[in-house]
Amino acid sequence: MSLLLLQEAVSYVPFAAIGAGLAAIGAGIGIGKIGGSAMEAIARQPEMQGKIQSSAIVLIAFVEAVALFAVVVSLIAK
Amino acid sequence: MKTTKFNIIKNLILGLFFVLASIPSFAIYTASDNKDSEIEEEFNVTDMIMHHVKDAHEFHVMDWKGHAISIPLPIILWTENGLVIFMSSEFHHDDLGNVVVEKNGQNFVKFHEEIYYANDLANEEGSYLTLNTEDHPENSYPMDFSITKLVFSMFFSVILLVFIFALSARSYQKNGVPKGIAKFTEPLVVFIRDEVAIPNIGEKNYKKFMPFLLSLFFFIWINNMMGLIPFFPFSANLSGNIAFTLVLALITFVITTIVANKEYWKHIFWMPDVPVPMKLFLAPIEFMGIFIKPISLMIRLFANITAGHIIVLSLISLIFIFESIWIAPISIAFSFFISIIEVLVVAIQAYIFTMLSALYIGSAMEEHEH
Repeated sequence: MSLLLLQEAVSYVPFAAIGAGLAAIGAGIGIGKIGGSAMEAIARQPEMQGKIQSSAIVLIAFVEAVALFAVVVSLIAK
Repeated sequence: MKTTKFNIIKNLILGLFFVLASIPSFAIYTASDNKDSEIEEEFNVTDMIMHHVKDAHEFHVMDWKGHAISIPLPIILWTENGLVIFMSSEFHHDDLGNVVVEKNGQNFVKFHEEIYYANDLANEEGSYLTLNTEDHPENSYPMDFSITKLVFSMFFSVILLVFIFALSARSYQKNGVPKGIAKFTEPLVVFIRDEVAIPNIGEKNYKKFMPFLLSLFFFIWINNMMGLIPFFPFSANLSGNIAFTLVLALITFVITTIVANKEYWKHIFWMPDVPVPMKLFLAPIEFMGIFIKPISLMIRLFANITAGHIIVLSLISLIFIFESIWIAPISIAFSFFISIIEVLVVAIQAYIFTMLSALYIGSAMEEHEH
């Protein structure tokens, strides 16, 4: 009974928001690393710019997808 | 001369984009003031966004002076007495189970976009449903095969695709030189072949899978793009629906499993060239991997597209949260910016889905050399 009452009282919305925020931090670090390395690579080999850019974009999409998984989980948890 | 013409077109397209970015605000504005006669109700952002993101039995365009303007879609039900077909306009935009439609000796009500059999009498709130403590109806329900908003949107995109590719196929019949729309589709087809199919599946087997990969790419892309255009008959969140992405991922999973060779299964259940304890450890992980791969395909597309829709709508909703017109330029500028990023994202997501499908198929057919 007390457990039920607790469930009534606790709103999960702030926790979901914190979860989404943590996911954003992770994705930010990941995308930052990819972007930084891509920049360095382009600076070393400007003639490879096209290839580096396209593979960097694909990698960013992967990292971003993981963050969005977390967003989906926080949507459900709410 | 040519550059100025190009510049004018470019500016026109950019301007059009800006106008498009502001359209959702009208729709939300008119939706927010439809309860003017009763107590001033708080504008609920989450409800509005979820209403947009989910499927519906009618194509809601906007509200005008308290009246919903929407395009009715057919409701097709398989009930205990057989097939029942009627238009969703017979519910008069009711979504709380208050309006009963009688067909074929049976009564139906609509509650949160689901069709239920109605009770004989209404409860004190006017609803013909029995709700349990969690507000879920306990009534039984018929099987629903309706042409909903998403189904309609899918039919529309299929017709559009067939039209585009019939046109581009016809331009090759004369002398094999692409003309008109084929000038746009040919580079994409060649891109999928040279950058996706051949590197991932291999020179020997790739031809068999080209039709699948091309359909996948163009179907996802056109549906993603249609979701970004904020007015009828577009704007449905089709590729942000998990059932849609589930079916696409399931097709990839079935193809991967069918074409898989002996080596593939051996690498899953009895990994060669590793010690036996490691083999035992790896087998369950690799086995789970078979299912996790298509599941991650499914969730990636679903989450990306849904998140895009939610972000644009949230930015527009800022105007109504702050209840100030001075927020409007900022929020429209932001949603314009996000819309442009989304154009990039939808293409990348279609490409990634196709590329990963090709990668999984390729890895299932790979011939190892030990």
